[in-house]
Amino acid sequence: MLDDFFIRALIAGIGVAIVTGPLGCFVIWRRLSYFGDTLSHSALLGVTLAYSMEFNIAFSVFIISSLIALTLIQLQKRTNLPGDALLGLLAHSSLAVGLVVIGFLSFIRFDIMGLLFGDILAVTVDDLFIIWIGGALILLVLKLIWKPLFASTVNYELAEAEGLNPDRAKAIFTILMAAIIAISIKMVGLLLITGMLIIPAAMARNISSSPQRMVMYSIIGGLLSVILGLFSSLEFNTASGPSIIAASLFLFILSLLNIKQSIKLKN
Amino acid sequence: MSSDQNILVKLNKAGFSLNNKWLVKGVSLQVEKGKIVTLIGPNGSGKSTTAKIALGIYKKIDGSVEKYTNKVGYVPQKISIDWTLPLRVNDFMLLTESLDKETIDEALSLTGVIHLKDKNLGDLSGGEFQRVLLARAISKKPELLVLDEPVQGVDFTGEIALYELIKKISDELNCGILLISHDLHTVMSATDHVVCLNGHVCCSGSPMDVAKNNEYKALFGEQASQILSRYEHRHDHVHTSEGEIKKN
Repeated sequence: MLDDFFIRALIAGIGVAIVTGPLGCFVIWRRLSYFGDTLSHSALLGVTLAYSMEFNIAFSVFIISSLIALTLIQLQKRTNLPGDALLGLLAHSSLAVGLVVIGFLSFIRFDIMGLLFGDILAVTVDDLFIIWIGGALILLVLKLIWKPLFASTVNYELAEAEGLNPDRAKAIFTILMAAIIAISIKMVGLLLITGMLIIPAAMARNISSSPQRMVMYSIIGGLLSVILGLFSSLEFNTASGPSIIAASLFLFILSLLNIKQSIKLKN
Repeated sequence: MSSDQNILVKLNKAGFSLNNKWLVKGVSLQVEKGKIVTLIGPNGSGKSTTAKIALGIYKKIDGSVEKYTNKVGYVPQKISIDWTLPLRVNDFMLLTESLDKETIDEALSLTGVIHLKDKNLGDLSGGEFQRVLLARAISKKPELLVLDEPVQGVDFTGEIALYELIKKISDELNCGILLISHDLHTVMSATDHVVCLNGHVCCSGSPMDVAKNNEYKALFGEQASQILSRYEHRHDHVHTSEGEIKKN
Protein backbone atom coordinates (compact mmCIF):
# COMPACT_ATOMS: atom_id res chain seq x y z
CA MET A 1 0.00 0.00 0.00
CA LEU A 2 2.85 2.36 0.88
CA ASP A 3 4.26 1.71 -2.60
CA ASP A 4 1.70 4.08 -4.01
CA PHE A 5 3.08 7.63 -3.89
CA PHE A 6 -0.41 9.05 -3.49
CA ILE A 7 -1.21 6.94 -0.44
CA ARG A 8 2.12 8.02 1.08
CA ALA A 9 1.32 11.68 0.41
CA LEU A 10 -2.12 11.26 1.94
CA ILE A 11 -0.76 9.65 5.12
CA ALA A 12 1.92 12.35 5.36
CA GLY A 13 -0.60 15.15 4.81
CA ILE A 14 -2.99 13.81 7.43
CA GLY A 15 -0.13 13.63 9.94
CA VAL A 16 0.88 17.21 9.17
CA ALA A 17 -2.69 18.52 9.45
CA ILE A 18 -3.26 16.97 12.87
CA VAL A 19 -0.23 18.85 14.22
CA THR A 20 -0.68 22.17 12.37
CA GLY A 21 -4.25 22.42 13.71
CA PRO A 22 -3.47 23.20 17.36
CA LEU A 23 -0.15 24.96 16.62
CA GLY A 24 -1.91 27.17 14.07
CA CYS A 25 -4.40 28.28 16.74
CA PHE A 26 -1.54 29.49 18.91
CA VAL A 27 0.05 31.19 15.89
CA ILE A 28 -3.17 33.19 15.47
CA TRP A 29 -3.73 33.83 19.18
CA ARG A 30 -0.17 34.96 19.78
CA ARG A 31 0.07 36.88 16.46
CA LEU A 32 2.98 34.85 15.23
CA SER A 33 2.20 34.51 11.53
CA TYR A 34 5.22 36.56 10.45
CA PHE A 35 7.33 34.65 12.89
CA GLY A 36 6.20 31.47 11.13
CA ASP A 37 7.15 33.02 7.78
CA THR A 38 10.60 33.90 9.04
CA LEU A 39 11.23 30.39 10.29
CA SER A 40 10.04 28.81 7.05
CA HIS A 41 12.15 31.13 4.88
CA SER A 42 15.17 30.20 6.92
CA ALA A 43 14.29 26.57 6.23
CA LEU A 44 15.77 26.97 2.72
CA LEU A 45 19.17 27.39 4.31
CA GLY A 46 18.52 24.21 6.28
CA VAL A 47 17.62 22.33 3.12
CA THR A 48 20.75 23.43 1.27
CA LEU A 49 22.91 22.42 4.20
CA ALA A 50 21.19 19.04 4.26
CA TYR A 51 21.98 18.54 0.57
CA SER A 52 25.56 19.69 0.79
CA MET A 53 26.37 17.52 3.81
CA GLU A 54 24.10 14.64 2.80
CA PHE A 55 22.12 15.04 5.97
CA ASN A 56 18.45 14.40 6.74
CA ILE A 57 16.42 17.41 5.51
CA ALA A 58 13.89 17.53 8.35
CA PHE A 59 16.62 17.38 10.95
CA SER A 60 18.79 20.08 9.42
CA VAL A 61 15.78 22.37 8.85
CA PHE A 62 14.84 21.89 12.49
CA ILE A 63 18.34 22.86 13.64
CA ILE A 64 18.58 25.95 11.39
CA SER A 65 15.05 27.18 12.20
CA SER A 66 15.67 26.77 15.92
CA LEU A 67 18.91 28.73 15.61
CA ILE A 68 17.10 31.52 13.75
CA ALA A 69 14.41 31.58 16.43
CA LEU A 70 17.01 31.85 19.19
CA THR A 71 18.82 34.59 17.25
CA LEU A 72 15.56 36.48 17.00
CA ILE A 73 14.99 36.29 20.75
CA GLN A 74 18.52 37.59 21.39
CA LEU A 75 18.14 40.42 18.84
CA GLN A 76 14.86 41.44 20.45
CA LYS A 77 16.64 41.77 23.78
CA ARG A 78 19.72 43.60 22.50
CA THR A 79 18.46 46.03 19.87
CA ASN A 80 15.82 48.71 19.78
CA LEU A 81 14.49 47.60 16.40
CA PRO A 82 10.80 46.73 16.26
CA GLY A 83 9.84 43.07 16.07
CA ASP A 84 8.56 43.13 12.49
CA ALA A 85 11.78 44.71 11.21
CA LEU A 86 13.83 42.01 12.92
CA LEU A 87 11.58 39.32 11.47
CA GLY A 88 11.97 40.77 7.97
CA LEU A 89 15.71 41.05 8.42
CA LEU A 90 16.08 37.41 9.44
CA ALA A 91 13.57 36.08 6.89
CA HIS A 92 15.11 37.71 3.86
CA SER A 93 18.74 37.40 4.84
CA SER A 94 18.40 33.71 5.59
CA LEU A 95 16.49 33.21 2.32
CA ALA A 96 19.20 35.11 0.44
CA VAL A 97 22.02 33.17 2.07
CA GLY A 98 20.18 29.94 1.27
CA LEU A 99 19.87 30.91 -2.42
CA VAL A 100 23.54 31.94 -2.57
CA VAL A 101 24.55 28.59 -1.13
CA ILE A 102 22.40 26.86 -3.76
CA GLY A 103 24.37 28.81 -6.38
CA PHE A 104 27.58 27.29 -5.07
CA LEU A 105 26.13 23.81 -5.08
CA SER A 106 25.88 23.66 -8.88
CA PHE A 107 26.92 20.01 -8.83
CA ILE A 108 23.67 19.03 -7.12
CA ARG A 109 20.43 19.07 -9.08
CA PHE A 110 17.82 21.00 -7.09
CA ASP A 111 14.12 20.90 -7.54
CA ILE A 112 13.58 24.50 -6.43
CA MET A 113 9.88 24.45 -7.27
CA GLY A 114 9.37 21.31 -5.21
CA LEU A 115 11.20 22.94 -2.34
CA LEU A 116 9.16 26.12 -2.45
CA PHE A 117 5.73 24.64 -3.12
CA GLY A 118 5.88 21.03 -1.98
CA ASP A 119 6.09 17.83 -3.96
CA ILE A 120 3.95 14.81 -3.18
CA LEU A 121 6.11 12.60 -5.37
CA ALA A 122 9.02 13.26 -3.03
CA VAL A 123 7.42 11.81 0.10
CA THR A 124 9.25 8.61 1.06
CA VAL A 125 8.44 5.98 3.68
CA ASP A 126 11.19 7.51 5.85
CA ASP A 127 9.41 10.86 5.65
CA LEU A 128 6.24 9.20 6.91
CA PHE A 129 8.09 8.02 10.00
CA ILE A 130 9.55 11.49 10.56
CA ILE A 131 6.16 13.15 10.19
CA TRP A 132 4.23 10.77 12.43
CA ILE A 133 6.82 10.27 15.14
CA GLY A 134 7.90 13.93 15.06
CA GLY A 135 4.26 15.02 14.98
CA ALA A 136 3.38 12.83 17.96
CA LEU A 137 6.28 14.29 19.91
CA ILE A 138 5.23 17.86 19.04
CA LEU A 139 1.66 17.18 20.20
CA LEU A 140 2.87 15.52 23.40
CA VAL A 141 5.08 18.48 24.29
CA LEU A 142 2.31 20.92 23.38
CA LYS A 143 -0.05 19.08 25.72
CA LEU A 144 2.51 19.33 28.52
CA ILE A 145 2.99 23.09 28.12
CA TRP A 146 -0.63 23.81 27.22
CA LYS A 147 -1.66 25.40 30.53
CA PRO A 148 1.20 27.90 30.94
CA LEU A 149 1.27 28.65 27.21
CA PHE A 150 -2.46 29.24 26.99
CA ALA A 151 -2.63 31.22 30.24
CA SER A 152 0.20 33.50 29.16
CA THR A 153 -1.43 33.92 25.76
CA VAL A 154 -4.48 35.27 27.55
CA ASN A 155 -2.47 37.36 30.00
CA TYR A 156 1.25 37.12 30.64
CA GLU A 157 1.22 38.72 34.09
CA LEU A 158 -1.54 36.49 35.44
CA ALA A 159 0.37 33.41 34.33
CA GLU A 160 3.63 34.70 35.79
CA ALA A 161 2.04 35.85 39.08
CA GLU A 162 0.29 32.54 39.63
CA GLY A 163 3.47 30.56 39.14
CA LEU A 164 3.10 29.03 35.67
CA ASN A 165 6.50 29.97 34.19
CA PRO A 166 5.32 31.45 30.87
CA ASP A 167 8.82 32.25 29.60
CA ARG A 168 9.78 28.61 29.55
CA ALA A 169 6.53 27.70 27.78
CA LYS A 170 7.20 30.38 25.15
CA ALA A 171 10.73 29.13 24.48
CA ILE A 172 9.50 25.54 24.12
CA PHE A 173 6.72 26.66 21.79
CA THR A 174 9.30 28.38 19.57
CA ILE A 175 11.14 25.08 19.23
CA LEU A 176 7.84 23.35 18.38
CA MET A 177 7.31 25.87 15.57
CA ALA A 178 10.72 25.02 14.13
CA ALA A 179 9.84 21.33 14.41
CA ILE A 180 6.51 21.57 12.58
CA ILE A 181 8.17 23.48 9.75
CA ALA A 182 10.85 20.82 9.55
CA ILE A 183 8.40 17.94 9.24
CA SER A 184 5.96 19.61 6.85
CA ILE A 185 8.41 21.22 4.41
CA LYS A 186 8.37 18.39 1.84
CA MET A 187 4.62 18.26 1.81
CA VAL A 188 3.59 21.91 1.67
CA GLY A 189 6.78 23.66 0.56
CA LEU A 190 8.56 26.36 2.50
CA LEU A 191 6.68 29.32 1.05
CA LEU A 192 3.30 27.96 2.06
CA ILE A 193 3.84 26.35 5.47
CA THR A 194 2.56 29.40 7.33
CA GLY A 195 -0.61 29.19 5.24
CA MET A 196 -1.11 25.63 6.42
CA LEU A 197 -0.76 26.87 10.00
CA ILE A 198 -2.94 29.96 9.74
CA ILE A 199 -5.77 29.36 7.28
CA PRO A 200 -7.44 26.31 8.90
CA ALA A 201 -7.11 28.00 12.31
CA ALA A 202 -8.59 31.24 10.94
CA MET A 203 -11.45 29.24 9.48
CA ALA A 204 -11.95 27.59 12.87
CA ARG A 205 -11.99 30.97 14.65
CA ASN A 206 -14.95 32.01 12.53
CA ILE A 207 -17.11 29.13 13.66
CA SER A 208 -16.04 28.40 17.25
CA SER A 209 -16.93 29.81 20.64
CA SER A 210 -14.29 28.25 22.86
CA PRO A 211 -10.55 27.55 22.53
CA GLN A 212 -11.02 23.77 22.61
CA ARG A 213 -13.52 23.90 19.78
CA MET A 214 -11.28 26.17 17.76
CA VAL A 215 -8.46 23.61 18.02
CA MET A 216 -10.81 20.80 17.02
CA TYR A 217 -12.25 22.62 14.01
CA SER A 218 -8.77 23.71 13.01
CA ILE A 219 -7.64 20.08 12.86
CA ILE A 220 -10.74 19.05 10.93
CA GLY A 221 -10.25 21.97 8.53
CA GLY A 222 -6.63 21.01 7.98
CA LEU A 223 -7.55 17.37 7.31
CA LEU A 224 -10.23 18.35 4.80
CA SER A 225 -7.80 20.75 3.10
CA VAL A 226 -5.16 18.04 2.76
CA ILE A 227 -7.57 15.47 1.39
CA LEU A 228 -9.29 17.91 -1.01
CA GLY A 229 -5.98 19.46 -2.03
CA LEU A 230 -4.17 16.21 -2.69
CA PHE A 231 -6.98 14.74 -4.76
CA SER A 232 -7.17 17.87 -6.89
CA SER A 233 -3.39 17.89 -7.14
CA LEU A 234 -3.59 14.38 -8.58
CA GLU A 235 -6.52 15.23 -10.82
CA PHE A 236 -5.22 18.51 -12.28
CA ASN A 237 -1.49 17.80 -11.98
CA THR A 238 -0.82 20.84 -9.78
CA ALA A 239 1.80 21.21 -7.02
CA SER A 240 0.65 19.76 -3.71
CA GLY A 241 1.31 22.78 -1.47
CA PRO A 242 -0.72 25.34 -3.43
CA SER A 243 -3.53 22.82 -3.94
CA ILE A 244 -3.83 22.17 -0.21
CA ILE A 245 -3.71 25.88 0.65
CA ALA A 246 -6.27 26.70 -2.04
CA ALA A 247 -8.55 24.05 -0.57
CA SER A 248 -8.16 25.59 2.90
CA LEU A 249 -8.97 29.01 1.45
CA PHE A 250 -12.15 27.50 0.05
CA LEU A 251 -13.08 26.24 3.54
CA PHE A 252 -12.26 29.65 5.02
CA ILE A 253 -14.66 31.35 2.59
CA LEU A 254 -17.36 28.84 3.57
CA SER A 255 -16.80 29.74 7.23
CA LEU A 256 -17.39 33.41 6.41
CA LEU A 257 -20.91 32.51 5.25
CA ASN A 258 -21.52 31.14 8.74
CA ILE A 259 -20.51 34.49 10.28
CA LYS A 260 -22.94 36.38 8.06
CA GLN A 261 -25.76 34.14 9.25
CA SER A 262 -24.95 34.65 12.91
CA ILE A 263 -24.78 38.44 12.46
CA LYS A 264 -28.22 38.31 10.87
CA LEU A 265 -29.48 36.35 13.85
CA LYS A 266 -28.16 38.94 16.27
CA ASN A 267 -29.93 41.75 14.49
CA MET B 1 3.55 40.38 65.68
CA SER B 2 2.81 36.83 64.73
CA SER B 3 5.39 34.13 64.23
CA ASP B 4 7.45 33.80 61.08
CA GLN B 5 5.62 30.80 59.69
CA ASN B 6 2.59 32.96 59.06
CA ILE B 7 4.47 35.14 56.61
CA LEU B 8 3.40 34.60 53.01
CA VAL B 9 5.48 37.22 51.26
CA LYS B 10 8.10 39.60 52.55
CA LEU B 11 9.73 42.53 50.77
CA ASN B 12 13.08 43.82 52.06
CA LYS B 13 13.95 47.29 50.79
CA ALA B 14 12.60 46.25 47.41
CA GLY B 15 12.71 48.62 44.45
CA PHE B 16 12.26 48.50 40.70
CA SER B 17 13.59 50.81 38.03
CA LEU B 18 12.71 51.11 34.37
CA ASN B 19 14.76 53.15 31.87
CA ASN B 20 16.94 54.52 34.69
CA LYS B 21 13.96 55.80 36.59
CA TRP B 22 12.87 54.40 39.92
CA LEU B 23 9.21 53.41 39.89
CA VAL B 24 9.40 52.54 43.54
CA LYS B 25 12.25 52.21 45.98
CA GLY B 26 13.04 50.87 49.43
CA VAL B 27 9.73 49.14 50.15
CA SER B 28 9.67 46.80 53.12
CA LEU B 29 6.45 45.07 54.02
CA GLN B 30 5.09 41.65 54.77
CA VAL B 31 1.78 39.92 54.26
CA GLU B 32 0.73 37.31 56.79
CA LYS B 33 -1.98 34.66 56.81
CA GLY B 34 -5.41 36.07 57.54
CA LYS B 35 -4.22 39.67 57.40
CA ILE B 36 -5.12 42.43 54.96
CA VAL B 37 -2.37 44.83 53.99
CA THR B 38 -3.52 47.83 51.99
CA LEU B 39 -1.35 49.97 49.75
CA ILE B 40 -2.50 53.53 49.33
CA GLY B 41 -0.94 56.47 47.57
CA PRO B 42 -1.49 58.91 44.71
CA ASN B 43 -1.32 57.94 41.01
CA GLY B 44 2.14 56.88 39.94
CA SER B 45 3.27 56.28 43.50
CA GLY B 46 4.31 52.69 42.75
CA LYS B 47 1.41 50.70 44.19
CA SER B 48 0.97 48.36 41.23
CA THR B 49 4.74 48.10 40.86
CA THR B 50 5.03 47.03 44.49
CA ALA B 51 2.33 44.40 43.93
CA LYS B 52 4.17 43.08 40.88
CA ILE B 53 7.42 42.90 42.83
CA ALA B 54 5.65 40.89 45.52
CA LEU B 55 4.21 38.58 42.87
CA GLY B 56 7.56 37.98 41.18
CA ILE B 57 6.45 39.48 37.85
CA TYR B 58 9.36 41.93 37.99
CA LYS B 59 12.53 39.96 38.40
CA LYS B 60 15.39 42.44 38.11
CA ILE B 61 14.70 44.18 41.37
CA ASP B 62 16.67 46.00 43.98
CA GLY B 63 16.54 44.57 47.49
CA SER B 64 14.87 41.20 47.91
CA VAL B 65 11.52 39.51 47.99
CA GLU B 66 10.81 36.25 49.79
CA LYS B 67 7.71 34.37 48.73
CA TYR B 68 6.60 31.43 50.86
CA THR B 69 3.61 30.26 48.88
CA ASN B 70 2.79 29.26 45.34
CA LYS B 71 -0.97 29.37 45.78
CA VAL B 72 -1.51 32.89 44.55
CA GLY B 73 -4.60 34.62 43.20
CA TYR B 74 -4.07 37.87 41.31
CA VAL B 75 -6.46 40.54 40.11
CA PRO B 76 -4.40 42.93 37.98
CA GLN B 77 -5.31 46.59 37.62
CA LYS B 78 -5.20 46.57 33.87
CA ILE B 79 -5.83 43.50 31.81
CA SER B 80 -5.87 43.47 28.06
CA ILE B 81 -7.27 40.32 26.62
CA ASP B 82 -6.85 39.64 22.97
CA TRP B 83 -10.23 39.01 21.37
CA THR B 84 -8.71 36.81 18.67
CA LEU B 85 -9.23 34.19 21.35
CA PRO B 86 -12.71 32.77 21.69
CA LEU B 87 -12.92 32.69 25.47
CA ARG B 88 -15.96 32.21 27.65
CA VAL B 89 -16.13 33.06 31.34
CA ASN B 90 -15.98 29.35 32.14
CA ASP B 91 -12.76 28.91 30.11
CA PHE B 92 -11.27 31.94 31.84
CA MET B 93 -12.00 30.45 35.27
CA LEU B 94 -9.92 27.40 34.34
CA LEU B 95 -6.98 29.47 33.12
CA THR B 96 -4.33 28.71 35.72
CA GLU B 97 -5.91 25.91 37.74
CA SER B 98 -8.03 22.88 36.98
CA LEU B 99 -11.21 23.33 39.01
CA ASP B 100 -14.39 21.30 39.20
CA LYS B 101 -17.77 22.67 38.23
CA GLU B 102 -18.98 23.21 41.82
CA THR B 103 -15.95 25.31 42.74
CA ILE B 104 -16.37 27.50 39.66
CA ASP B 105 -20.10 27.94 40.25
CA GLU B 106 -19.54 28.78 43.91
CA ALA B 107 -16.96 31.49 43.15
CA LEU B 108 -19.07 33.02 40.38
CA SER B 109 -22.11 33.04 42.69
CA LEU B 110 -20.14 34.77 45.44
CA THR B 111 -19.25 37.68 43.15
CA GLY B 112 -22.74 37.66 41.63
CA VAL B 113 -21.95 36.71 38.05
CA ILE B 114 -23.02 33.06 37.83
CA HIS B 115 -25.52 33.99 35.11
CA LEU B 116 -22.64 35.05 32.84
CA LYS B 117 -20.85 31.69 32.95
CA ASP B 118 -21.32 30.80 29.28
CA LYS B 119 -20.95 34.32 27.95
CA ASN B 120 -18.05 35.38 25.83
CA LEU B 121 -15.52 37.34 27.87
CA GLY B 122 -15.48 40.11 25.26
CA ASP B 123 -19.21 40.73 25.72
CA LEU B 124 -18.99 41.63 29.43
CA SER B 125 -19.19 45.17 30.79
CA GLY B 126 -16.29 46.60 32.78
CA GLY B 127 -17.92 45.92 36.14
CA GLU B 128 -19.01 42.42 35.17
CA PHE B 129 -15.51 41.60 33.98
CA GLN B 130 -14.08 42.88 37.25
CA ARG B 131 -16.39 40.53 39.18
CA VAL B 132 -15.25 37.63 36.99
CA LEU B 133 -11.61 38.53 37.65
CA LEU B 134 -12.23 38.47 41.39
CA ALA B 135 -14.15 35.18 41.15
CA ARG B 136 -11.25 33.62 39.24
CA ALA B 137 -8.72 34.79 41.81
CA ILE B 138 -10.65 33.42 44.81
CA SER B 139 -11.86 30.20 43.16
CA LYS B 140 -8.48 28.51 43.46
CA LYS B 141 -8.54 29.07 47.23
CA PRO B 142 -5.23 30.90 47.30
CA GLU B 143 -3.04 31.46 50.33
CA LEU B 144 -2.09 34.89 49.02
CA LEU B 145 -4.48 37.20 47.20
CA VAL B 146 -3.14 40.27 45.44
CA LEU B 147 -5.94 42.63 44.48
CA ASP B 148 -5.03 45.69 42.44
CA GLU B 149 -8.09 47.94 42.57
CA PRO B 150 -10.43 44.96 42.44
CA VAL B 151 -13.70 46.87 42.39
CA GLN B 152 -12.96 49.48 39.71
CA GLY B 153 -16.00 50.04 37.52
CA VAL B 154 -18.30 48.12 39.87
CA ASP B 155 -21.53 49.85 40.86
CA PHE B 156 -21.82 51.42 44.31
CA THR B 157 -23.80 48.71 46.08
CA GLY B 158 -21.67 46.06 44.41
CA GLU B 159 -18.54 47.78 45.62
CA ILE B 160 -19.54 47.53 49.26
CA ALA B 161 -20.66 43.93 48.83
CA LEU B 162 -17.38 42.98 47.16
CA TYR B 163 -15.29 44.57 49.89
CA GLU B 164 -17.31 42.64 52.44
CA LEU B 165 -16.69 39.51 50.40
CA ILE B 166 -12.95 40.19 50.36
CA LYS B 167 -12.95 40.54 54.14
CA LYS B 168 -14.96 37.34 54.47
CA ILE B 169 -12.55 35.44 52.20
CA SER B 170 -9.62 36.61 54.25
CA ASP B 171 -11.27 35.25 57.40
CA GLU B 172 -12.63 32.02 55.95
CA LEU B 173 -9.65 30.91 53.89
CA ASN B 174 -7.21 32.45 56.36
CA CYS B 175 -5.38 33.86 53.35
CA GLY B 176 -3.26 36.98 53.31
CA ILE B 177 -4.41 39.84 51.12
CA LEU B 178 -2.36 42.59 49.53
CA LEU B 179 -4.93 45.18 48.50
CA ILE B 180 -4.52 48.31 46.44
CA SER B 181 -7.27 50.84 46.59
CA HIS B 182 -8.07 54.49 46.10
CA ASP B 183 -11.20 54.25 48.14
CA LEU B 184 -10.13 55.24 51.63
CA HIS B 185 -13.70 55.07 52.99
CA THR B 186 -14.53 51.46 52.36
CA VAL B 187 -11.15 49.84 52.65
CA MET B 188 -9.84 51.18 55.89
CA SER B 189 -12.53 49.62 58.04
CA ALA B 190 -11.27 46.15 57.20
CA THR B 191 -7.55 46.71 56.88
CA ASP B 192 -5.02 45.44 59.40
CA HIS B 193 -2.02 47.30 58.09
CA VAL B 194 -1.72 50.30 55.78
CA VAL B 195 1.32 51.17 53.71
CA CYS B 196 1.26 54.66 52.27
CA LEU B 197 3.41 54.92 49.15
CA ASN B 198 4.75 57.83 47.20
CA GLY B 199 7.69 56.38 45.27
CA HIS B 200 8.91 55.12 48.64
CA VAL B 201 7.19 54.12 51.88
CA CYS B 202 5.85 57.36 53.21
CA CYS B 203 4.46 55.87 56.37
CA SER B 204 2.95 52.59 57.47
CA GLY B 205 1.14 51.09 60.41
CA SER B 206 -2.40 50.53 61.55
CA PRO B 207 -5.03 52.69 59.81
CA MET B 208 -5.14 54.84 62.97
CA ASP B 209 -1.38 55.39 63.07
CA VAL B 210 -1.25 56.27 59.40
CA ALA B 211 -4.11 58.72 59.71
CA LYS B 212 -2.21 60.62 62.39
CA ASN B 213 0.97 60.75 60.37
CA ASN B 214 1.90 64.19 59.06
CA GLU B 215 3.29 62.92 55.76
CA TYR B 216 0.01 61.15 55.12
CA LYS B 217 -1.88 64.37 55.83
CA ALA B 218 0.39 66.25 53.46
CA LEU B 219 -0.24 63.67 50.75
CA PHE B 220 -3.99 63.25 51.06
CA GLY B 221 -5.11 66.33 52.95
CA GLU B 222 -6.70 66.82 56.34
CA GLN B 223 -10.06 65.44 55.23
CA ALA B 224 -8.64 62.06 54.31
CA SER B 225 -7.16 61.84 57.73
CA GLN B 226 -10.58 62.33 59.27
CA ILE B 227 -12.03 59.60 57.10
CA LEU B 228 -9.51 57.15 58.43
CA SER B 229 -9.97 58.00 62.06
CA ARG B 230 -13.71 57.88 61.69
CA TYR B 231 -13.54 54.34 60.44
CA GLU B 232 -11.12 53.37 63.14
CA HIS B 233 -13.90 54.10 65.66
CA ARG B 234 -15.97 51.32 64.19
CA HIS B 235 -13.63 48.78 65.62
CA ASP B 236 -15.60 48.66 68.86
CA HIS B 237 -17.37 45.54 67.61
CA VAL B 238 -16.63 42.36 65.72
CA HIS B 239 -18.67 40.36 63.23
CA THR B 240 -19.12 36.71 64.13
CA SER B 241 -19.31 34.07 61.42
CA GLU B 242 -23.08 33.79 62.05
CA GLY B 243 -23.40 37.41 61.02
CA GLU B 244 -24.08 38.74 64.51
CA ILE B 245 -22.41 41.82 65.87
CA LYS B 246 -20.54 41.41 69.11
CA LYS B 247 -19.41 44.37 71.19
CA ASN B 248 -15.82 44.28 72.30
